[in-house]
Amino acid sequence: METTPQTESKIIELKPFADEMVVNMGPQHPSTHGVLRLELKLDGEVVREAIPHIGYLHRCFEKHSENLSYPQIIPFTDRMDYVAAMNQNWGFCLAVEKLLEADESKEFEVPERAEYLRVLICELNRIASHLLSFGTYGMDMGAFTPFLYAFRDRERLLLLFEKVCGARLTYNYIRIGGVSEIIPLEPGSIAEQNFLDEIEAFLDYFEPLIDEYNELLTKNSIFSERTTRVAVMSAEMALSYGATGPNLRGSGVDWDLRRDEPYSIYDRFDFDVPVAVDVPELGSVVGDCWSRYKIRMDEMKESIRIVRQILAEGLPGGPVMAELKAVRPPKGEIYFRSEAPRGELGFYIVSDGTPKPVRLKGRSPCFSALSALQELSQGLMVADIIAIIGSIDIVMGEVDR
Amino acid sequence: MSDFRALFASPNFNISESFLPNINLQNQLNWAEEFIQNVVIPRLPEAVASHFPVEIGTVLVMFACAGIFVGLVPLLPLVLVLAERKVSARFQNRTGPMRVGPWGTLQTLADGVKLIFKEDFIPPQGDKFLFLLAPYIIFACSFAVFAAIPFSQGILVSDFNIGIFYIMAISSVIVMGVIMAGWSSNSKWSLLGSLRSAAQIVSYEIPLGLSILTVVMLVESLSMQEIVASQSNGVFSWLIFRTPFAFIAFFIFFISSIAEVNRTPFDLPEAESEIVAGFHTEYSGMRFALFFIAEYANMFAVSAIAVTLFLGGWEGVLPGYDILGGFPGFVIKSLALVFLMMWLRWTLPRLRVDQLMNLCWKYFIPIAFFNILGTGIWGLIFPEDTLISTAISCAIIYIGLIAAYKVAGRGLAQRPAPQPS
Amino acid sequence: MKIEEIYEVLTKQFGEAVLGFDTELAGDPNIRIAPSAIADVCQYLVETDTLAFDSLMCLSGVDLNAKDEDFAIVYHIYAMRHRHSVVLKTAVPKTDPHLPSVSHLWKTADWHEREAYDLYGILFEGHSDLRRILLPDDWDGYPLRKDYKEPEFYRGMRVPY
Repeated sequence: METTPQTESKIIELKPFADEMVVNMGPQHPSTHGVLRLELKLDGEVVREAIPHIGYLHRCFEKHSENLSYPQIIPFTDRMDYVAAMNQNWGFCLAVEKLLEADESKEFEVPERAEYLRVLICELNRIASHLLSFGTYGMDMGAFTPFLYAFRDRERLLLLFEKVCGARLTYNYIRIGGVSEIIPLEPGSIAEQNFLDEIEAFLDYFEPLIDEYNELLTKNSIFSERTTRVAVMSAEMALSYGATGPNLRGSGVDWDLRRDEPYSIYDRFDFDVPVAVDVPELGSVVGDCWSRYKIRMDEMKESIRIVRQILAEGLPGGPVMAELKAVRPPKGEIYFRSEAPRGELGFYIVSDGTPKPVRLKGRSPCFSALSALQELSQGLMVADIIAIIGSIDIVMGEVDR
Repeated sequence: MSDFRALFASPNFNISESFLPNINLQNQLNWAEEFIQNVVIPRLPEAVASHFPVEIGTVLVMFACAGIFVGLVPLLPLVLVLAERKVSARFQNRTGPMRVGPWGTLQTLADGVKLIFKEDFIPPQGDKFLFLLAPYIIFACSFAVFAAIPFSQGILVSDFNIGIFYIMAISSVIVMGVIMAGWSSNSKWSLLGSLRSAAQIVSYEIPLGLSILTVVMLVESLSMQEIVASQSNGVFSWLIFRTPFAFIAFFIFFISSIAEVNRTPFDLPEAESEIVAGFHTEYSGMRFALFFIAEYANMFAVSAIAVTLFLGGWEGVLPGYDILGGFPGFVIKSLALVFLMMWLRWTLPRLRVDQLMNLCWKYFIPIAFFNILGTGIWGLIFPEDTLISTAISCAIIYIGLIAAYKVAGRGLAQRPAPQPS
Repeated sequence: MKIEEIYEVLTKQFGEAVLGFDTELAGDPNIRIAPSAIADVCQYLVETDTLAFDSLMCLSGVDLNAKDEDFAIVYHIYAMRHRHSVVLKTAVPKTDPHLPSVSHLWKTADWHEREAYDLYGILFEGHSDLRRILLPDDWDGYPLRKDYKEPEFYRGMRVPY
């Protein structure tokens, strides 16, 4: 411990003015989406400064990972963004697979069937995640009903996930080299057909509902008054803050890893990347809360398109796991990012050739996007803070890791 | 047609007047004494009747009547809370409470019992006296309003000659309770909530009062019963249709009163996603229940006032017939407005503070002033309420509604037709 | 632009501050930079029009081994316009781990550097608000160091379980 540099812990000085009030919003607060704590300096209703304090959900993911073998880490990734856990599994597995591929002596390939299942499940998971985001954003804005609609539909998705992996929230479904076989889904079997039919039935039911939700909330004039022209994040600012995914596209940057750096089999599907544009009839400008929210509504439609293409093709036969004796990546390091519902999920893995990583860093999209909150919230009102937090769609499990 | 008339003209139909006692407290003493003399004593055995203490009996009857009133009105929130839960459940594809009693009808009662037994928490750093006092002020004020509401010809506590003024005065005392609750809780969220509430209620009282003034100008009286009496000639004599200005005033009144009772989209003082629970964050147990009951009592009260002022009160739809009239008609009309409030609550998001104030100061108050001016001019042109004036008024309202739909409802018209799935 | 070309551009510009180019290990190749020059190199990467690295994807501290004398700090940088990426690596001695901050170039580096400080104790000079981010302010030690021993007690609570 003698190498520890002695740094004085910084004492935060408060200089309260007579007309300034310091309020702690969180960590227990209905709409900080978990345990985010904001130190608000208020002048009446106007926010002079909002300082985010995070770490209340820190579970030492990175420290744990250094003592676990690669397959053992997958359940831990579930707990990062627990709303879109499939995508977290996938992001991690993709990174490890990429590192494994670098070792030419051990060749392996993720089977076709596993790739299709991964895309299918992860796109459904994306819909589930965006649904939750839509519902909670409505509730943040004071509309309670969209929340229950969203959960009603998400429930059907969770039942589908339960059918393939037996779990509803933390799946541990996507494994290194394929997907889990805990619940066998034999190619061409009745069970598989039923599963695909159920997905189709869900899509047929859900697709028209997106328009209904747009009528209910998106185009509601009170909602658009609350969210348009609030907390405008320019494209430069979004890039500088490392905002990714819907937040970046909400700022008008046409960027989606699934299309621009296609991984897995995304290059086989035909889908659009929704990018925010000015919507004068609602008063929305690119980069405001409404744009970020709207991107998610549009992305659900694109996910449905991808899933429909898979359903039309049908799942290919074959195994769902690659032949992998042991997961022992070669000495080296990799940074791989994939497009999770909340943005670019990166995993930086340093391997020394042992079954355990030397260093694993999860670059979470929410962590970067949340750091923009302090700048975005200056001079706005308390209610706008809620609008910003909801619109950048954070999950504290991922921010704090 | 004749059957129809016969049905409603038959004396049996007029339930409200024949079965419910006249509990007009102004004439209570006379009435109670008459009741004893004419109804009770002749039915008693001879020996008892001669010694019956008329004075004590009179007082007892008065207490009984007051008891009915004080006892029945608080039951209203119990019903309304259940109604709200059931209504919201239907809006949200749920069933609502189903466990306690048949279809969950006793749920509110069970919740009430639970709240009574909960710990009565008082913030140790707070102002204890004000903290204890605040819920009672709010509770008392919201029930005092009911004293001036004419439920029917005979069912009202008192027909003040300044009835509507009294209601305005009493209901604005509620804001005192809100501020006391917010301040004494020693919580910043409570304080923010109560300040929001104070700003909101004080602001919205202005358009509320101004739109009431429109009615008062038309009726030339502040007495609630006289306001009702002026609407006795069927649906087109209701004040909402009397002049186009009263029509506008009704909407201003109704929206402002939603703001007065802190309901979505104006529920900023208790916006749970922003300031936790606003002024009653720190309250628990029975004190919290008092706020809750007061909120729902208020909701019914403002609906009842809106019905009295604009929708004919307990007067029926047709002159001389009791359709939607009397006590049941009054309650049905009020509950319809309460349902409208619930509908709005479970559909709309919440406004922001500055938008709320903009709506009040930049739109409602100028429109309300314009209304008063317009009502005055209307009164000069049509000094008497005639068939012609009503016809012109209804025509203007109709044209106005069409125009409003063409302008504001453009988005509605362009809505894509629902696709068959 | 390929990372090899970027390496050449950087060596031409900065000479000795660019220490080398690692390609032998599996995975991403990376350019090693002297710690004192990292901010200047990054500034050059951001401001040169042909490079235009406008987004910092990830900034991580690395402690490979308790016996090592250095911490590594790895920068994964991406250029949205040109669609090329680069990995910069720098090493600071464990006895005195400090290097210039890049938080003025990419705002996201603010929190990433705070995280590296929090978990490794690496000091970023010029950072406006370098304090712990994930751990409590009064936590003792830097947990991701390989030689880290968790404290027995934290505010009277037993830490090891």
